[in-house]
Amino acid sequence: MAGLELRGVRKDFGSVAVLKGIDLSIRDGEFVVFVGPSGCGKSTLLRVIAGLEAATAGNIHIDGAEVTRTAASDRGLAMVFQSYALYPHMSVHQNMSFALENMGVPKAEIARRVDRAARMLRLTDYLHRKPGALSGGQRQRVAIGRAIVRDPKIFLFDEPLSNLDAELRVATRKELAALHAEIGGTMIYVTHDQVEAMTLADRIVVLNGGRIEQTGTPLDLYNRPANLFVAGFIGSPRMNLLPADAVRLSLGEATTVGIRPEHVQPCGEADADLTVQVDLVEQLGGETFLYTTGPNDLKVTIRIDGQSALGRGDRLPVRLRREHLHFFDAAGLACRPDTIPARSHA
Amino acid sequence: MTGGLLRLLTRRRGGRGWHWTDVASYAYLALGVLLMFGPVLWLVLSSFKTPSALLEFPPSLLPMAQAEVRVEGYPQPLPLFTVTMEDGSVRELAQVRRIGIAAQMVDPKEPAKTIRVPVDRRTPVRHLAFAVGNYTDPLTQFDFLRYLRNSLVVTVVATLITLLINSMAAYALSVYEFRGKSLAMLGVIGTLMIPITIILAPVYLVVTKLGFVDSLWAVILPGAATPTGVFLLRQYMLTIPRDLIEAARMDKASEWRIYARIVMPLSLPALAVLAIFSVMWRWNEFLWPLAVLTKTEVHTLPIALNAFQGELQTQWHYLLAMTVVTLLPVALVFAFLQRFITSGIANTGMK
Repeated sequence: MAGLELRGVRKDFGSVAVLKGIDLSIRDGEFVVFVGPSGCGKSTLLRVIAGLEAATAGNIHIDGAEVTRTAASDRGLAMVFQSYALYPHMSVHQNMSFALENMGVPKAEIARRVDRAARMLRLTDYLHRKPGALSGGQRQRVAIGRAIVRDPKIFLFDEPLSNLDAELRVATRKELAALHAEIGGTMIYVTHDQVEAMTLADRIVVLNGGRIEQTGTPLDLYNRPANLFVAGFIGSPRMNLLPADAVRLSLGEATTVGIRPEHVQPCGEADADLTVQVDLVEQLGGETFLYTTGPNDLKVTIRIDGQSALGRGDRLPVRLRREHLHFFDAAGLACRPDTIPARSHA
Repeated sequence: MTGGLLRLLTRRRGGRGWHWTDVASYAYLALGVLLMFGPVLWLVLSSFKTPSALLEFPPSLLPMAQAEVRVEGYPQPLPLFTVTMEDGSVRELAQVRRIGIAAQMVDPKEPAKTIRVPVDRRTPVRHLAFAVGNYTDPLTQFDFLRYLRNSLVVTVVATLITLLINSMAAYALSVYEFRGKSLAMLGVIGTLMIPITIILAPVYLVVTKLGFVDSLWAVILPGAATPTGVFLLRQYMLTIPRDLIEAARMDKASEWRIYARIVMPLSLPALAVLAIFSVMWRWNEFLWPLAVLTKTEVHTLPIALNAFQGELQTQWHYLLAMTVVTLLPVALVFAFLQRFITSGIANTGMK
């Protein structure tokens, strides 16, 4: 277990800059999730940390020791691959003990550690099977087991759940969270699924175009997005981003107002900020999403607790809850009410 | 087993009746079997014939020999004939000697009395006889076991070396990124186009300088690195997912261990193919061993078999018998390794 420090890490593939200067420090025992759209460089960053790709510039420190030029095998990290990358010709037991054999761990110790990991991951009955004879979820657990037995400084996960079906993904997600609570290692997890990011992370790192957009706890990012990208990326359905002029609300130099679907409330005509027309209703039983159009063709998504009797074409006066408004300036950066005094056109 | 085989051999389209396509298929397959196995069968049967039976015309498929009997009063066994007598009766008589168009014959039951018979009235009594001597004589007179041992040493050692160094080259050319990689690969493929006859002289000079002439190493080493093998293995190794190699690196495996424990086991089907090729090449190799192996003690089987083929006379019976023996190991290797070619290719264990 160890902390990780990245300073000015850059990675170019030929003339294409994939990572454009990453500064990040991860504390010992922290569960950090890298999240971002496809091609944002999150997997590349993980591979640079792993040592599978060499950084073009910058420094990487693990536990205070510089490892920028250290080979992947000597960094003491373990990685779970998206494809699982189990050795197909070895049994589950051999897959898990391969790394320990390479490290020269005594046989008895190998058996003890493999047994412990197998028990933890409910793989004891499958130890002598080949990966080809396992289900997707079992292979996934073997891949995690292979990392656990190593007792690595840092666990690296590269989209480990993306090949599982929805149900198994939720179950495995819970297991991962439980696992982190149990063994308490430093874990870095790459995903494009924000639900995984929100539920697993102690801290989320949002990446976009090779840069870190924001780093913070899941609720921090949800409640106080630092810029338009994070505001739009975190949360599902997306935050409503409306031109400040159109809703006659602003703060400082803000040009865009953001409000999450659950903070747009149906109300009486008198209190209404906007009157919208319903285009589509999604009934989920416990909650309802309304996709609506306001004046000037503004698209507004509304979340209502419980079920709704509204249908397509219905008109609905709504109020934007003032305490949950987000303001962004022309550059897309957040303006905070605690830094700029509020100014209302209303 | 027999029932199953019979069902397999009489399987028809649709299961009922003989459609003309069934007949055509069977005729085509029968022709194929005849073309492929006919010569081999003829070779095996002929290898059991005596020299005279090999030269007789019209030829017989089965090895036949004339029956002989021992008759009291004659030191040598006498050939047996069926004779049609003048009175029309048919008797079996042994021939004592032939004089012009008449033969002096004797009934084995009455050895004292000789009978004169015109030669066109007698036909030889023949029976199936395997001339096992074709196989056993070379074992004693001709140093077959030594040549077999030479051939085995060359084939086994050369195949092992070929598999080792070709797989190492293929590993480097498929797994590593380095400057000049494509050039190296082009060079390997380029040498595929140069036939052995062109480089025979220069390689001979190199082997002479190294002092390998008349040792088996002269045959083993020059052909150990085959461009075909490197190319075949590299193409196969390219299909091994890179994740596996990276996973092994993360698992603290050294490059040698990745090669030995991950890449080699996963390349088994390709290695089996190369092993079969290598065994066939080395076992049947003729021109190069003929050039560098001048002493009889180091001759391999194909060279040694060549000794039966003299300028004036060819000992066909020995040549055929030893050819059959030479065929056996390759056939066995093929039978055992062929299952590797098809198995395991789809078994990558990913996703």
